[in-house]
Order: sequence, then structure tokens, then C-alpha cells
Amino acid sequence: MSGGTRLENANPMIFQRSGERLLKETDEDEDVHDPIDDREIFDLIRTINDPEHPLSLEELNVVEQVRVKVNDAESTVGIEFTPTIPHCSMATLIGLSIKVKLLRSLPDRFKIDVNITPGTHASEEAVNKQLADKERVAAALENSSLLEVVNQCLSTRSI
Amino acid sequence: MSHFSPLTFRACVVSVELHGTMAADSTLLLSLVEEFVSGLQDSKAKDTATGVKDGEFTVLQLVEALGLSLTSSQPHTRARGVQLLSEVLHECYGGLTEREVEVLIAFYENRLKDHYVITPPVLQGLRALTKCTVLPPGSAVSMLRSLFQDVHVQSLMLTERACVYNMLINLMGTREAELKGLGADFVFGFVQSMDGERDPRNLLLAFQIAKSIILRGYDLGKFTEELFEVTSCYFPIDFSPPPNDPHGITREELIQTLRDVLTGTPRFAEFLLPLIIEKLDSDVQSAKLDSLHTLTACVSQYEHKDVAEFLEGLWASLRREVFQTSSEKIESAGLASLSALTSCLSRSVLNSDSEDSLSTFLDLVLKDCKHHLCEPDLKLVWPSAKLLQAACSASSRASHIITVSVMPALIEQYNSRAQCSHRRTLLEVVQRFIQSVKTGRTSESEDSVFLDFRPSLCSVVFSALTETNSSLQITAASVLTSLAQQTGLLLDSDIELAVDHLSRLLLTEEDGSVSLAVVECAGALAELHPEAFISQMIPRLKKEMFSAPLVQDDNRAASEQHSHHAVRQRCLSALAAVSTRPSVVQQSTPVLLEVLSSAHTGGVGFSVEEVVLACRSLQRIAEQVQDTEETGRCFHDIIIPRLLSLALQAALQGDGAPGGRSPLLEEAVLSAMVPVISTSCSRLQPALAGQTASRAVSLFLDGDVSFLPDNSFPSHIRLLKKQQGDAWSQSQMVCLLMGCVCSLPRSVEVPRIDELLSELEEMSCTCSHLLSHTSAAKCFAGLVNKRAHGDSLDSRIQSTMTRVCSELDSASPSARTQAFTLVIWVAKALLLRYHPLFTTLTDKLFSLLDDADLGPLAADGFSLLMSDSADILNRGCHADVRIMYRQRFFSENSAKLVEGFNAAPQEKKPNYLKALSNIVNKLPKQVQVTELPALLSLLLEALSCPELGVQLSTLSCLQPVLVDPPPALIQQLEALINRLLALTCSPAMDVRIASIRCIHAVSRFPEHEILPVRARVLRALARPLDDKKRLVRSEAVHARADWFLLGS
Repeated sequence: MSGGTRLENANPMIFQRSGERLLKETDEDEDVHDPIDDREIFDLIRTINDPEHPLSLEELNVVEQVRVKVNDAESTVGIEFTPTIPHCSMATLIGLSIKVKLLRSLPDRFKIDVNITPGTHASEEAVNKQLADKERVAAALENSSLLEVVNQCLSTRSI
Repeated sequence: MSHFSPLTFRACVVSVELHGTMAADSTLLLSLVEEFVSGLQDSKAKDTATGVKDGEFTVLQLVEALGLSLTSSQPHTRARGVQLLSEVLHECYGGLTEREVEVLIAFYENRLKDHYVITPPVLQGLRALTKCTVLPPGSAVSMLRSLFQDVHVQSLMLTERACVYNMLINLMGTREAELKGLGADFVFGFVQSMDGERDPRNLLLAFQIAKSIILRGYDLGKFTEELFEVTSCYFPIDFSPPPNDPHGITREELIQTLRDVLTGTPRFAEFLLPLIIEKLDSDVQSAKLDSLHTLTACVSQYEHKDVAEFLEGLWASLRREVFQTSSEKIESAGLASLSALTSCLSRSVLNSDSEDSLSTFLDLVLKDCKHHLCEPDLKLVWPSAKLLQAACSASSRASHIITVSVMPALIEQYNSRAQCSHRRTLLEVVQRFIQSVKTGRTSESEDSVFLDFRPSLCSVVFSALTETNSSLQITAASVLTSLAQQTGLLLDSDIELAVDHLSRLLLTEEDGSVSLAVVECAGALAELHPEAFISQMIPRLKKEMFSAPLVQDDNRAASEQHSHHAVRQRCLSALAAVSTRPSVVQQSTPVLLEVLSSAHTGGVGFSVEEVVLACRSLQRIAEQVQDTEETGRCFHDIIIPRLLSLALQAALQGDGAPGGRSPLLEEAVLSAMVPVISTSCSRLQPALAGQTASRAVSLFLDGDVSFLPDNSFPSHIRLLKKQQGDAWSQSQMVCLLMGCVCSLPRSVEVPRIDELLSELEEMSCTCSHLLSHTSAAKCFAGLVNKRAHGDSLDSRIQSTMTRVCSELDSASPSARTQAFTLVIWVAKALLLRYHPLFTTLTDKLFSLLDDADLGPLAADGFSLLMSDSADILNRGCHADVRIMYRQRFFSENSAKLVEGFNAAPQEKKPNYLKALSNIVNKLPKQVQVTELPALLSLLLEALSCPELGVQLSTLSCLQPVLVDPPPALIQQLEALINRLLALTCSPAMDVRIASIRCIHAVSRFPEHEILPVRARVLRALARPLDDKKRLVRSEAVHARADWFLLGS
């Protein structure tokens, strides 16, 4: 982050991180089938880095577990995310990062929907439409500079 | 170009050296000169130098012989001539007289004006002369004057420039006073010489000179800024050495020497500080980091007036870096700089007329940071707190100024906020302030800066301890610890109240993490204020533990029972935590012993688990208590006899006790008693430990019970003899003997050791009870390990081996297993001390790998050989453990193992693979990496071995190696990936997880090596994404994510 540039939102609200999921006895049991649940999906996306701050989407409350809906049997996942400010220019990028993370982390039987929490962003509809359009997502990922930014959001923090 | 004739020079020399006669071998010298100058044979210089050194000819004769070359009209011939002279001087400068040196210098100075091709050899010659100890006075100055006047250094080649720098370094080393006489001209000459230097090797030399100029107090005159400019233009250093690093120059070295120059004098302050402010604005992380480190270094030399005019700029940059950075390194470097800057300002002496720059500066910091502390849910609260704390830790004046301004605000915020998360953040900020002052304090006599806030801080902490939010309680506990560690801050009444709160939480708080924090806090407070714990907490905990839970026969009782157990558990661990001072130990250990004895008598019902925990607490106390006579007596004279007595009472009662079987008969309890005894014997009062050992020996050998309390034992106790039937209750007590005699310091003699060894050998071979015979074997091994070298030890081992071999040949499977147990422990004892007889035992072990029954056991045994055991044969027990015994074992035996593997029949091969992976697993990583190439094919084979255990253990030894893969492994990438991917579909989840972890580690291999397999790995990892086990899925997600990032 260069010294001179100003951030869109320099002092955002910080929320607490949820701890690691607690291990249950059944998790170690070979014979028990663990279904894919909301918390598991939330764990996938909560650690995604914000494109602007050295903070995770969870810490900025962009994603919350209550806005994650999964149905393992029907193979569907629905995510709603909340930009920190209504004019956040990063909304599409954040949505794309969430989508890509899930595409990489879930079996391909799942249908993945990523949307902005209703009423939290100025151009909600446009962003939702872009994120729902398979071809546009695929095309975006062909763009190497965009892919690099997405990968940065998805990489585990370094330096 | 001047045409100086060397004749004048020769005339001088001749006049001095009139007595010098032409030696007989003048022809030889002439031919050497001829061959060097015209024949261009460089080796002749060496020969000439040898001649001069051996006294065959003098330097004068050489000069005379050179005459024609030096006067030649061809510059190249003249250069060659000078070169010969310089090279000879380089070898022989030590033998020159002062007069000779003077003449030679005059000659060389003059030659500097000659044709440019002559300059390089002239410089070499001058450099040789600068090393002379007989340098005449004034010659250093004249040499440098000619040098600076006649030579443009930066037009020279690399080595000649180095030559100039070396001349300067040599002269600065020996002729400092003379050079200082040159005044600022010297600095100017140097500045001109290095201006524009590009080579890092030369830069190191030049920086070294500049550093000496500054640190040794050369007169910079009006050239301060020039010297700064000519060096600071390299800041920040951006250099990466060429790949094979031929010159061994590192970036760090350059950075450090340049930093030494730039920070060397406050006279650079006015130039350096603006430069740092400018470079901090850079986008390059390393430049920022270097600037911050340089800032920290320079302000430690500066006074407040040097920094005064740049304070605002520096603060703006530092604030920006800490507020906006994404890198922890930069953040901590920025905080360190702020600290250094604040302590620089704190050092200033105040005049009545000058303003107080420290408080001006801190006002600036407070103005920008303080208001963020009142927004505990926003991002900038932490960066602001860290900045304030960094300033706070710099000096006691700074901490006063800051705490006075910040603490009331924080306390007021805390009281006005209702949300727990806000309160916790505020409390954490408070804690960091307290800690920052603690580390920054130097004088003990001063009152704590928090004295004024003591009442409000205490009330905040105590109210937080009564909250229901667990994270708030945890934070409050650690704030309490920090407050107590501020000397003289808390009053006795505060401590009493604190102990009251802690006791209440221990008894009532169900949350595990809270009670952990409370126990930790109690431990820290008890170290500082033992009295309150002795008088209040211990009696209260005791009362609670011994109050019997109401026994009712419904579900509610079960849950009450459960919570009562949890209370006891917390009390037991708190008793251990508070017992660091001897005075506390005197009070707490009797309570723990009482738990054991009431468990035994059945007076108050304690479960086996609770008894085990009581033993653990005793163990922990033995580990942490100060080793004093008082505590030593407490353990050796009271606790250990009491433990032995209780165990013996339980053993004598056996199963048939009227009130049911005593918990002290349980293996878990006995095994928990062992470390209490062994820790006391190993670390508390060796003399008393010796006494304990001899008492224990006579108890076990003779049945001497005289030292035990409650002495109502029968007279015919024989603990080590074979019992009637399979009565194991007495025989298993041998583990207590082991704890006692095997952990003594080596200076303490074990009495009647041969007798003991015989009994133990007998017991381990004949007693069929598992704990008894294993403990006997371990005890035997522990004694053998420490036994002095000599025939008696050797014959003991020989006879045991004979006995064991015959047992191994017997038909009874249990006898064979017992014999094997003894072999493996004795083998370990001998391996650790490098005993020569170890090889006999190894051969036996290797042969057992082919054994139909004992093969798998033998393979597992290698893991026991290579790992540290917790209770015996470790350094804590003062065992004779040589360093690197694992490597030694490996290097002596790996070949045997491979051979054995190749020769073994198919069904026995897994034993070998398992043994191998057990051994490799425990090797230090460096050894693994060097040995891996030889074993790789075998390990890969082990991965395809059907046995799960072998797969798992191989995977676990591969994984650390994969983190930093040796080339041999990269060559086998294909085979490795295939086998690992196959294992991701294993039926066992452990294997699936371990193999996915290995695949994950492979993603950090050099990119060009693994890109070809990326697509295949990604496809293969799609399957475990849908694994039925969540743990497997999560590993797959991590691994796949990193493989995706590959190549971006």
C-alpha cells in the first residue's frame, strides 16, 4: 500500500473473528458422514482478505455466518455479502473473490450464488447480475491482472 | 606526459647505498628483469621477490637492473618495469629501511604524473609502501597530496580503485595524526575519490573509510554535506548479489556499513532526517524498512536540537506507516522508531528559555491518536494504542505524560460502554499500557505512574471479573496480573480482594478458558504475594474439595457430580499453580497428600482421575518450586515416604480390601506418582535424593519399612520377589523404585546396585504382569545407562543377553515378548551412551524383524529406540545421553536395514519399511535431507506398501522434508506425486489427511518443476473436496487453494 494514496474508508469498524471450529468426537470417527454445513462454508470465505485493508472479510463484517445458506443434499450454496459502505467500488471484486474461492473449494456438484445483501449497496442489481453471469465470471478470470488481484485476496497473508 | 629520468632516482639510491656492491648474480637479476619486462613472463616477479627476500640481491640492485626499462620511451615498457618493482615491494615491504622508503615514495609520487598506463602499477607500489612500518614522517601526507592531485580515481579500473581505498585504510590505521594534519583536505580528497563509485566491493571499502572519518573525529570542515551526499546517494541500498555469489558480499553487510556512516554523527542530522522522511514515502517495502531502522539508529545518537525542526514531518510519516501498513515488520519497525525518537527527546536537558520538545512532540502524538481510543470498534484503535504505547515505553517522563492524558479517558470510556466487546478492547488497551510501562521502567524507587489510577483501575478489573462474558473475564485476569507486577502499586487490601475474586471464579466458573486464565493469574500473583494465598485461597479450596457432593440417585445428581468433579479439577490445578514459593508449598502439598490418603481410605470419595490430577499437581510443584533445603526436605522426607507408604498399604490390601479396591492400585495412579518421585529425585537437593534412593532400595530389597509413616506394615515384605499366583499388586510397585533410582544425579551413588540389577532382571523375565515386568525392564535399563564403564558392567550385560537369548528361543509367546521388552530397553540404554556392546543388541533386533511373531513388535521398537521417553532415560533424569546418537545409529545401521529389506521374503518386507520409517522419522531434519537420496526409493516403496501404519509413518517423515526439498526428491517428483495422489483415496482418513498435507507441501517446490503437474493435481484434489469427512475436506481445500495460486 503506497504512502500517498488515500483509502476510501480509512477507519472501518472491526468485528471479532470467530475462533477455529471446535472439533467434535464424530469428526474423528471414520464411519460418520459429516455434511457440508453453513459453518464450513463460512470458514471458507471468512478468511478472504479485503482488497484494501490488511483485514479479513469477517473482521469487516462483509460476510457473516447468518448470511450463508447451504443445502448439501440439493447441492446449492447461497451467500450474501455486505460492503462496508454503500458506494464501495470494491464490491464486485469482493463478490468475485468469494465466488472464486467457493468454485475452487467446493465439489463441482454445487450451484453457487453470490449476492449483495439487499439494500446495502448503491449499484446492487448491477453487481449481482455480473456475479450471476457465468460467462462474465469466466471472462474476468481470463484477465490476468484481475486474476492476480483475486489471488491476492485469496492468498494466506504473507510478508 | 613528463619524461622524468630515473637517473636522478638512481643517483639518490646509490648515494645511500654506497656500500652496496654488485653481487655475482647480477646476470641472473638482469635476465629476470628482461624476461619480465620484455618477455612478459609474470612468474618472474615472484622469482625476483624470492631473490630479494633471500638476500640474493637488494632492492637497489633491482632498481639499477630496471634502469633501462624505467627510462624507456615506450610507456608500456616503463609500466612493465614499474610493475616488477611494485610486485617485488608487495612481497618485501617489510625489509625496507626508512631511507629506502623515502626514496621509493619520491619516485612513485613522481611516476603518478607519467602516462596513464603506468598509473596502475604505481598505485600498487604505493599501496605496498603504505604498509611499511618505517614510513618516514610526512610521507603519508605527501603521498595523499600527490594522489588526490594527480589521479582521478573514478577513471581507474575496479582493482586500482580498490587499491586507492586500501591505501587510505592502511594509512588511517597507522598514520592517523598525520592525516588529521591534512585537515578538511583529506575529507575532500576522499569525497572526490569515491564520488561515483559503482562496485559493491569497493563501496564496502569506501563506507568503511567514511565511517572511520566520522567516528575517529577527522575534521570535516566545510565538507560535511559533501561527505553526506557522496555516501547517502546509495541510500536505501538496493543490491542483490549475483546468483552464485562469487564475492560473498551481502545486502545486509552493505546496509549495515552504510547505516553506520549515515548515523555516525549528529552533524548529518539536518541532511539525513529529510532524506528519511522522503524515502519513507517510497512504495518499496524494503526501502521503508531500511529508512525506519536507520531512523531508529540515528536518533539514539542525536540530541533534541538535532531533530527539533523535523519532528512534525517524522511524526506524520511514522503515523502513516503504522496506520496504513499491511506489514507487521514495518509496523514494528515504525513503533521502534517512535520509541527511539521519544527517548531521544526525553534525554534533553531543559533550559528555562527553550521549549520542552518532548511534551510538544507528545502533544502531537496524543492529538492524533487519543481520540481513536474512544472508538473501540473501529480499525484505528489498535494502531493508535500501539503508537501511544511505543512512546510511553520510551522513558518515565514520557510514560507520565501519556498515561496522565490517556488513562482517565480509557477508564471513562470503559464505564460508559455497555457492550462487552468494546469493554474488552478497552481493557486490552489498558493492559498494553501497563505492560509498556513495565518494560520501560528503569528505576525501582520511583512510584508507579499508575498510582493515581489505582482505585479506578482496580474497580474496573474487579467489575470485569464479575461479568458473565468470558473473554472479558480472561482479559481482566491478565490485567490484574500486570497490575500486580507493578511494584508497590496494589495495596494489601486490593490483593485480598483479588484473591477473593479468583477463588470465587475457581469454584464457580464453568468455562474452561476462563478458569485457565484464572489459574494462571493466581500463579503469578502467588509468586508476588504468597501470604494472601496461604491465608485465604488454600483453606477455601481445601474446604471445597473435601466437601462431599450430595449423593442422590437421579439425573440431577449425575450432573452435580460432574460439576463437583470439575470444581475439584480446577482446585487441584490452582493448588499447583500457586505453589512456587516454599512457604506456599508447605501449605499446599499437605492438601494434595490428604486427597491421596482419603482416596485410599475411602473417607471422602475421590475418583481415580482426581487422584491422578493430585499427583500431577505434586509433579508440577516439584518441577517449578525453588530448590531449597526447605522444599527438598518437604519432598524427600514427607511427600515421597507418604506416597510410598500409601501405595504399599494399597498393595498389601490388594483386591480384597473391605471398602472395595483402593484407587491407589490403579496403573494410572501409580504412573502419575512416578514423575512426582523422579522429578524430586532429579532436581531437589541431591544429598537428600541419595538418602531417598537408599531408603527405597532397602524397602524393595529387604522390606525395610522403618522410614514410612503410619508404620503398621508386616515384617516379611518382599516387593521384588515372585509373588504367589499372579498377585501383581506388590510387584507393580517396582515402577516407584524406577522413579526413584533412575533419576538421581550422576554424582549420587545407588547402593547395592548389582543386587538390584539381578532382582530386576529376574522380575522382568518372570513376572507376567505387564506394568511390573515393563517397569522392571525400564528400571534395569535406567541403571545400566548410568553404571560406570568397566568389566562388571560388561559381564552384567553379557549375562543378561545370554539369559534373554535363551528366553527368546523358548516356546512361550509371553516369555518371548517379555524378553524382547528387556532387550529393547537395554538396547536403548546402551545406544544413548555409545556403549560398544550395543552392536550385539542391534544385530539381535535386526534378526527379530524376520521373526514371525515378534517382527512387527521389533519394527515398532525402533521408534522407541529413536524417541525420547518421558519417564526415564532422558536428560531430565540425568541419563547418559550422547549428542547425535540418532544420527550415529542411523549411519551405522541404515545399510543393514536396506540389505535386510532386499533379502527379506515378501511378507516380511513391511517390517523393514516400518522400522526404516520409524528411524527416519525421528532423525533431525538436516540429516534427513542429506540421507534422503539414498533412501528415497525405499521410502517411495513404503508409500505403496499396503499396511496403513507404514503409510502413515512414511508420510509423516516425508512431510517435513518436503518443506525444503533436496534435489534428489525433486527428480523423483513424478513417482512421488503418483503415490501421494493414490493415497488420497485411502480408506483411512488419517492417511488421506497426511497425504493431502504432503501434496500441499509439494506446492511450495520450485515453480518450474511442479507447473507441469498442476492440472493433474487440481483434478485429483477435486475428489477429496467431496470427502465424507470434514477434516479431509478442509485439508483438500487448503492444498487445492495453494495449487491454484501457483503460477500467478
